Formats: sequence, structure tokens, C-alpha cells
Amino acid sequence: MKIQNFHKASSLADAYERLERSSDAAIIGGGAWMKFSSRTLEEAIDLSGLGLDAIDERDGVVAIGSMTPLRDIETSDVLKRIFNGILPHAAAQIVGVGLRNIATIGGSVVGKYGFSDLLGPLLCMDARLEFFKEGEVSLAEFLERKGRTDDILVSVNIPSKAGCGYFKKVRKTALDFAVLNITITKTDGQTRIALGSRPARAVLAMDAMAVLNGSVDNDETTIEKAAEKAAEAVRFGDNHRASEAYRKHLAYVYVRRGLFMLEEGRT
Amino acid sequence: MKKTNVVNTFNPSIDGKGIMMGRKAFTEDFAPKDALIIKVMRSPHAFAKITHIDVSEAKKLPGVEIVLTHKDFKRNAYTRAGQGYPEPSPHDKFVLDEYVRHVGDEVCAVAAVDEATALKALDAIKVDFEVYDPVLDFEGAKDHKVRVHPEDDIHEMFPIGFDPKRNLAAAYHMEIGDVGKTLDDSDVVVEESFHTTPQAHAMMEPHAVHAEIDYNDRLLMFSSTQTPFHVRRILSQTLEVPIHKIRVIKPRVGGGFGGKQALHGEMLCAAVTLRTGKASKMVYTRKEVFESTYSRHRMRLDFKIGATKDGKITALDVYGLSDTGAYGEHALTVYMVTGSKVLPLYNKVDAVRFHGDIVYTNRMPAGAFRGYGAVQGNFALESIIDMLAEKLGMDPVELREKNMIKEGETSKIFEVMGEGTEGTAMDMESCKLEYCLKRGLELTDWRGKHPKKVEDSKVRSVGMAIAMQGSGIPFIDMGAATIKLNDDGFYNLTIGATEIGQGSDTVLAQIAAEALGCELKHVVVYSSDTDLTPFDTGAYASSTTYVSGNAVYKAASKLRDMMIREAARMLKCDVESIDFDGRTFTDSSGSSVTLSKLSNTLTYNDEQQQLTATHSYVGHKSPPPFMAGFVEVMVDRETGEFDILDYTSVVDVGTTINPKLAQGQIEGGIVQGIGMATYEEYHMSKKGKNITGDFLNYKIPSQKEINRLRTEFADSYEDSGPYGAKSAGEIGIDTPPAALANAIYNATGVRITTLPITPEKILMGIKQKEKDRQ
Amino acid sequence: MKLHATINGRKRVLEIQPGDVLLDTLRDHDFISVRRGCDSTSCGVCTILVEGKPVPSCTYLSARAEGKTITTVEGVQDHAARLAGFFGGEGADQCGFCNPGIALSVYALSNEAPDADEDTIRHYLTGHLCRCTGYHSQVQAVKKYLEGLK
Repeated sequence: MKIQNFHKASSLADAYERLERSSDAAIIGGGAWMKFSSRTLEEAIDLSGLGLDAIDERDGVVAIGSMTPLRDIETSDVLKRIFNGILPHAAAQIVGVGLRNIATIGGSVVGKYGFSDLLGPLLCMDARLEFFKEGEVSLAEFLERKGRTDDILVSVNIPSKAGCGYFKKVRKTALDFAVLNITITKTDGQTRIALGSRPARAVLAMDAMAVLNGSVDNDETTIEKAAEKAAEAVRFGDNHRASEAYRKHLAYVYVRRGLFMLEEGRT
Repeated sequence: MKKTNVVNTFNPSIDGKGIMMGRKAFTEDFAPKDALIIKVMRSPHAFAKITHIDVSEAKKLPGVEIVLTHKDFKRNAYTRAGQGYPEPSPHDKFVLDEYVRHVGDEVCAVAAVDEATALKALDAIKVDFEVYDPVLDFEGAKDHKVRVHPEDDIHEMFPIGFDPKRNLAAAYHMEIGDVGKTLDDSDVVVEESFHTTPQAHAMMEPHAVHAEIDYNDRLLMFSSTQTPFHVRRILSQTLEVPIHKIRVIKPRVGGGFGGKQALHGEMLCAAVTLRTGKASKMVYTRKEVFESTYSRHRMRLDFKIGATKDGKITALDVYGLSDTGAYGEHALTVYMVTGSKVLPLYNKVDAVRFHGDIVYTNRMPAGAFRGYGAVQGNFALESIIDMLAEKLGMDPVELREKNMIKEGETSKIFEVMGEGTEGTAMDMESCKLEYCLKRGLELTDWRGKHPKKVEDSKVRSVGMAIAMQGSGIPFIDMGAATIKLNDDGFYNLTIGATEIGQGSDTVLAQIAAEALGCELKHVVVYSSDTDLTPFDTGAYASSTTYVSGNAVYKAASKLRDMMIREAARMLKCDVESIDFDGRTFTDSSGSSVTLSKLSNTLTYNDEQQQLTATHSYVGHKSPPPFMAGFVEVMVDRETGEFDILDYTSVVDVGTTINPKLAQGQIEGGIVQGIGMATYEEYHMSKKGKNITGDFLNYKIPSQKEINRLRTEFADSYEDSGPYGAKSAGEIGIDTPPAALANAIYNATGVRITTLPITPEKILMGIKQKEKDRQ
Repeated sequence: MKLHATINGRKRVLEIQPGDVLLDTLRDHDFISVRRGCDSTSCGVCTILVEGKPVPSCTYLSARAEGKTITTVEGVQDHAARLAGFFGGEGADQCGFCNPGIALSVYALSNEAPDADEDTIRHYLTGHLCRCTGYHSQVQAVKKYLEGLK
């Protein structure tokens, strides 16, 4: 990435105004993957210093400021308490401490990266995104939209419901992207399953969820059926990390294992 | 072994502190601030000819000093391999050429005042290519209709089977006894093909070089190289600069593993400085390290092994195909080591055949890499030994014990095969392989764990392999050392041997200190500088401790004799009556003079002279280190994933001059071998572009993959080595691929014959077996 | 543009370009302990501390460090020298190219989690690739170093 001008925003309004001014201006999140972009930015807009790096819990919502580094998510007591701490657990497995000190949750979300290990947990926790202009939008909806957003992400909001969660990252080495990541949450009797790094971006396994949420009891047969559905109905692809067939198989095994663990109250 | 004071005792490395403190040490740290920055245009095509190149716009850019294309160089074929002379590698490379033969090959180069200008200049160069169909599949490369090297001005230095018309960089054939007949007569024969993939050295310091013209009009070059003397010679021969006009300094090197044996940026950097008269610098990007240097050779090894029904191995028959990529660096010699440092492990056979072809393809070249062919060979041999054991219904450890080489024995292979030449007959005067095996079984509770234990959806299993390597190349590798006595009685040890992070400066200083009877801190080491230090072939072929170490020992002994002579003169007695304990010379009457006094007197007061001793050493044999490696894994039968719980090594390296550093060599090798065995892999696009050319996509082991390493050394003494030492640099990398493949087989019944051993392959194997059962 | 930062305890004003990263800025100003390993956020060699926390300098925009405190190994020489003793003791220092970066992470770790056990040490140092040692000896050295601080 080439950067022609660097602007430290004095307020969100200032940042937004700068962003609107040029199509070659962009918000710099943590800058973690900056080296892999060939884009030339007329202006890089920095949001640090605007207090967007806090994790607050109020009114049944945990709000994570968009500039919160992944390392803060990893060590957040508030986040460790919800859904068995799947978000800190997922964050802790992303590369090393150094990278996690700069990479931000906002960057992970807005970048919509296929390899992201956070999108799955966020989808399963029904996260909502607070944008400067647009206001709140669900993460699921945001991920469906094509192209880059012109808005500024302020925070990622997670309803702090009582629920349990399961997260598994299948990977070659601790520093690698996932071959596949699997997230499951259960709250109010509703189960959500997300599969990410397929290698495409995380999605909810709707068909598998329907199997579970439409049945009275998540017994062995239901779980087996849901796991099969997850492997069957979600699309997987090939890359040098694994084949489509292997990913499909992993989805089946880990959705099944995860569901059993949640049923048995183990995580 | 006689009691030692410095050797074989705990000593931290002599240079670790300054390195940790971040002091100026590595090549780039010494670059002049005003050095021109060199950037190279890399070929986007796997095979193409440059039909037109227009550099006029680039040259016009302010700050651009020089643009170099193939038109600027005389066609002078050379090899980058970085070996002794004449090289056993074909001279098949030009500094710049009209052909580009792999993605990442050099098209042209720019030197400019800063990096931004250099990159801008590269963008301004217009190149037209005639793009050819590349040869990417090495199994189809021999006699392919496309010739990777169509030019006729390349050559071999002596017969190595070089035949570019057939895409052969080299070929080899040897047979001892009648293999065909012996196999026919064997009760049991096992046959299998094994595939290994290229591996990246991935040393942490990228290749770096800078050059300037010194005040005497000589080319002064700093390079992160393993072979400063070869660099000097090859630069001189290729660029036609008198060799006395070149000085190469090797500062601290941030890891090599064979990757820095060859010349990489040196040629272009020298050319820029020679032509502009200005300092220049070239630091490889990580992408260039991955795409534009060289890797380990990809191989297919077709193995046959015969045995009697009571488990005597009768014959070994190997045909191999090795992929040298676009250039033939180390083509023949790596392949020969695949046989010569592997097959003698089972020396009681009646017949052996080892032959093969080393082919050119349009992929990144292959070259020297720790293990040097032996790791590929070991994977095949030690896998097929387990397969044979199963077929014989015999315990694999028992089969090894019965057939493996033992102390005092020899193998005909040593005599027949060298590296590029005939070999050297030798007996195994030190070989503690039996002990290594026995001790490893104890340490790992092998009998209690072999072959596996099922725990729910997981299986815990063990696997093992034995290995050997060498200690330098006999009659070829030469090391020399100079030791100088200074006033107040401290010494300078100057060596051409190349410290690249393996600890050789420390090890060689320990040998000198032991021989001189002094403390380690009184030996000040300097390596390596072609102006100031004596010759050494360089840090490769596991030669430094054994070859250079012998030179140091001899130089130190010689200096000791000289000092005793001077002390005798001073004390007016016979040389024979002097006793020297490292500090004081005492004669039979009890009169004495301290070393400090003697050296000060010699420096300032009486019959002043400089005492200096130089000695060199060339090995007349290459005593192999041996080891047994044991791995314990936990395999998930539902996904094929596995964790490596423990890797235990019991190793015979002769005397460990520095036990902690020797352990570091073994463990570093084990982990690099685990990487090769499990996830290190180059992936290529259909057009031959490496899509795993960075650390995001090419995965080397990290902290979390390594759970437990245990390393022990056998009590062993090699008479021909300095204080009984053999080599330790390479042996560690050999066993992991086979040990792991055997453990996975024991856990799942799936025999992986193509590296790397990935969970996906294991799972597909398990599924296939389930299908076969139905 | 100008960067005002406290580097190793000293207030500095450095001339930078908007797209510069700290790796280049620091090396250009003779903080040569900051080594260049991969240039792509994936090896840990170029690690420095910003506000006391380890970050990869190859990916940290210099402009972003405005007003911040930066620490390189030049700024924690006593710590590095002491740590080197433990690395030497375990045979954990081979080529050492990655060691200044590791020294800084260990420095940060000793502040964040002085009681770190082996697993915590491994977790904290996972971002630091090393091709020489096999890691085992590094972890032992760091463990003993932290114990020695108590």
C-alpha cells in the first residue's frame, strides 16, 4: 500500500468529511494487512485517539470500539464471560501478540476477510455494527453487501445474553490462517453455527441451524443430521491449505463435536 | 578420553550477548549510508526469451545510476553453487541472460540513490518477452520437447552426466554386486516410490550484500555468505576481475542452512559497484528469498529392498529422479548424498544399485540445504524398512538391529561414492548406533508404547528412524587456522571457517583454548575475511568442527611448541624439560617463566618476534555421526490431525566440543525436519508461480508446534577428530520425515509416501481403507 | 512530515514520509537492532515496543507513533544483556537475528505476566519465528530468566 498523506482525525465527523472528499481516502484500521495491498491511498485517515478502543458493557450490550486491538479482546474479562469466551478464544489464536497489538476488530470486520477467525463468533453472537452515518446494522446484513463501505465503523455490539459457545480453528501451525473455523452458540434454546475460512468468508449454516432449532430435543440423531447438513449445504472451496472435500469433512466432524460438547455442557 | 578443561564442558556462546543487545553485527548493519540501492526485475514467466528491452526511460530518471541488462555482460557461464574448484555443478548460468527460466529469475537490475527511485525505474523499463511453454512437471522433464537450456555456451567442468539436450543437469549410476539376481533370489521384496517436496531454508536474515571500492581501488564486499572464499573466486572468474582486487568480508550471518552457500546478490552488487565506482547494497525481500534463491531438491525415489525370510537384508535398489529447477546448482552431489550417506546404514547387503537423473525444469532452482539429499533418502529408506519389517512379521527395531552398520565395520559404498567423484574407503572407528537405538527405546518407553494405544477418537503412537551423515568431504574440504600470540599472553584465532549462527566461532575457540591450556576468553576469534583470515572452503557439508577444528587443533599445538621453544631459550634449558600448564613454563629444575612475561619479553624486550602458527587440514575420511530419532504422536482418527507430543534423539557426534551448542544443532535440525515432514510445501500456480512465497503461506514450525524435545549424546570418541569430535550440523534433520511417517502408519495403517504428511492425506488414507474394507 | 516521539527515553523529532513504517524510520536513524526479517507482519524479527507493547515495526506506520514512546533493544541494554546470559545458559542463542525482537517481547512479558508459566511464555512468543533453535531451549531460557527476576 502506498500512502500519500496521513491524517489523524480530530473527530468522527472530521474523519467522515475527509473520507467523503476522495474515493482514494481510507480509514486505516490496525494496518495489519497493509503490506498485502497494492492500493495507493491519497489519504490515510487514522482514528486512534478518538477513544474507540474501549470494551464497555451497558444495557445488555457489550460494545467493542472499532479500534480495539485484538490483544485487548483476547484479554477482556467482559468478553471472556459471554458465550464461554469464544471471541477472546478465537482472537488468541490469530498470529502472535505483536500483530494482535496492532490489528483491530474494526479492521477485521470492515475488511470482510475470508480468513477472519472473528466473523464466525461475531455472527453466532448476533453482533450488530454501529456506523457513524448509517447507525446500527446487523453484521450478517453488512457481510452480504458488496464492495467497500463509505461509512465509519464505530463499534461492534454484542448482546450479552446468557448462552454458551464453542469455537474451533483447524490450522496447520499456530501462525497460519485457518483451514476452517467452526463456531457454535446456543442461547434461548436457539443454536447458531458459523463456518469460516472455507476459504471464503464466514457464513451461518442456516440449514443445519434449522434442523436444530426446529426440533424439540437436540438428541444424537438431530445433532448427526445437523452436522451432515452443515457439511452439505454450506459451500467450501479449494486452496493450498486444503481441498473442498477435506473442509466439508472437517465441518461435519467439528459441528458434530461442538454440538455434543454444548449439549453436555462441556466447552 | 583424557580429561578436558574447555572442550566438552559448558560454555555459553562467545558472541550471544552482543547479538541479543542488538549491536552492529549483520551485513546490512555495515552498509555505507550512501550505498546505491539495487533492485532487480524478476521474471513473471516460467520460461521466456527477452526479445526487446528498453531502459531509456529508466535511465533518464533522476537518481538512477545504472541499469544492467543481459546486453551489459559478456557471456561467461558460471555456477552460483559456491563449491570448490572445479565445481561438480554445471556452468549453466549467466549474470544476466536473454532467457528467463523460472518465475523470479532475473530480467535486469537497477541501482539508484534510494529504493523508491529504483522501484520507479524498474516500472519504467519496457520488456517484450517471447513466452514459451514451461517444463513444470519434473517427472516428464527428461527428453521433453522443450529444452530448458537451449543455449550452447554452457558446460560441465568434468563428466557429471550433463546433457542439456535431454534436460539433464547430471546423471549417476553405480552398482555393487548383482542387484537383479540378488532381488530375484530374495525371499521377500518390497517396492515403493517416495516423493519429497522442495523446502525453503527460511533463515531469518534475508540474503544481504553490499560493496564499495576501497581507497586502494579494490572491491570490498560484505556478504551474508557461508562461503566467502568461493564468493571471491567466482566473482573474479565470472566478472573477470583479478582475484587480488577483491576482498570479501563475512560479518555475522543470520542463519544459512545451505541457502547461503551459493552466490545470490553478490554478482549484481559487485557489477554495480565496479561500474559506477559507488557503494551499492542489495537486501533480498522475503519474496525474493522464497522465489529467487533456491530450495531443497524435489525427488522421487523408487526403492526396492530384498531380504531373506529371517530378516537379513540382501539388496537395495534405488532409482531416483531429482528436480534441480532452472539451474543445476548441487545437482549431482545432492543426489549422490541421497545414496552415499543413507544406504551404508544397512551395510550387510549382497548388492546395491543407486542410479538416477537430475533434471532441469522451469521452476526455482534447487541447491544445498542441510541434510543435502540424505534427508530425502532417509525418508524413503527408513519408511521401507518399516514396510519390510511388517511383511516379514518382524519387529522394525529388531530388523534394524540385525542389519545396521556397527562399530568397526565398513560399507563398500564409502569407497565407490564420493561427492561428484569416487569415494574414500573407511571403517567406522566410532559408531554408537547400537547404543543410540537402545537408549532411545528406554527413554521413550518404546516397548510400552509401540505401536499404538487407542484413546477414544484419538490414537497415540510411536515411530522411529535411524540416520547417518558425514563430516566434511574427504580430500576436498580444507580448513585453515592461524593463531597469534599477543603481549600479555592472549591469542588471536583467525579462521576462514564461517560462523553462520551454528556456533562455530565458539567451538573453534574452545578447541584452541583446550590445546593452549588457556581460558576461553583469552582466545579472540575472527571469521571470516578473505584478506585477513586463512582459507576455508566454508560452512557446509558438516565440515567445520571436524575439518576446521582439526586445523585449529594443529595450529594451536604448533604455536604451543613454538612458545615452549622460546621459553626453553629464556630459561636456558632443553625444550623437552619444559612443562607448560597454559600459564607458566617450568623446567625440571623448577625455574619458571609465565606466559605473560614470555609474551611481553618477546614483544618488547629481547629477541623480539611475533609468534604465529598456521595449520591447515584436509580430511582423509568423513566419519559419520549417527542417530536414532523417536517420535510420539497423537492422531485424531476422525480428522487426520495430529500433535507431535515428543521427539527424542540419541546422537553419536563423537565428543561434543560444546554440548549445549551441539544440542542446539540437533534440535534445530529436528524441528526443521518436522517442518519438512508436516507442512512445509511450495505451491505453484498452473503457470509456475510460487503462491506460497511468504511466511503467511509457507509455514515453518512455530513455538506451539513443538511440545517436547529430548536430546542425549552417546559417549563416543572419533580418533581422527579434534578431541574426538565428529559433525553435528546436519544429522538432526534426517530422521523426522520417516519417523513421523512410521508413527502415522502405526496409528492409522495409512502409509504416507509423499511428503508433507498432512492431516488431509492421512484422513483420505483412512477413508480409502474403510472403503477397501467394505 | 515530522514525527515527535520518545525513543528509548529521549524526545526525538524525525523527518518521515506519510507511508513510512517504523522499521525503516528507526533503521535509518541508526537503531540497527531493529532487524528486517519478512516485511510482511509474519516473522516477529522486527518487533519493537510502542507504549510498552510489542508490535511488528514493519507494519506500524511511523506517523501513527506521534506522541508515543518507542523502545528498541538499544533502550533496554541491561535487560538484554541479562537475558543473553540465560539464552547462553540454555544454548538458545544461535544466529541471534531474531533475538533483539524476542528480548523486547520478553521485556513486555516480564511486566505483563511476571509469573508466566511455560505455556504462557510459548503463547506470548508465538509470533517470533526462529529457524535455528527449535524453540525448546528459548522457552527454558525465558522461564529461568523470569524466575530470576523474582
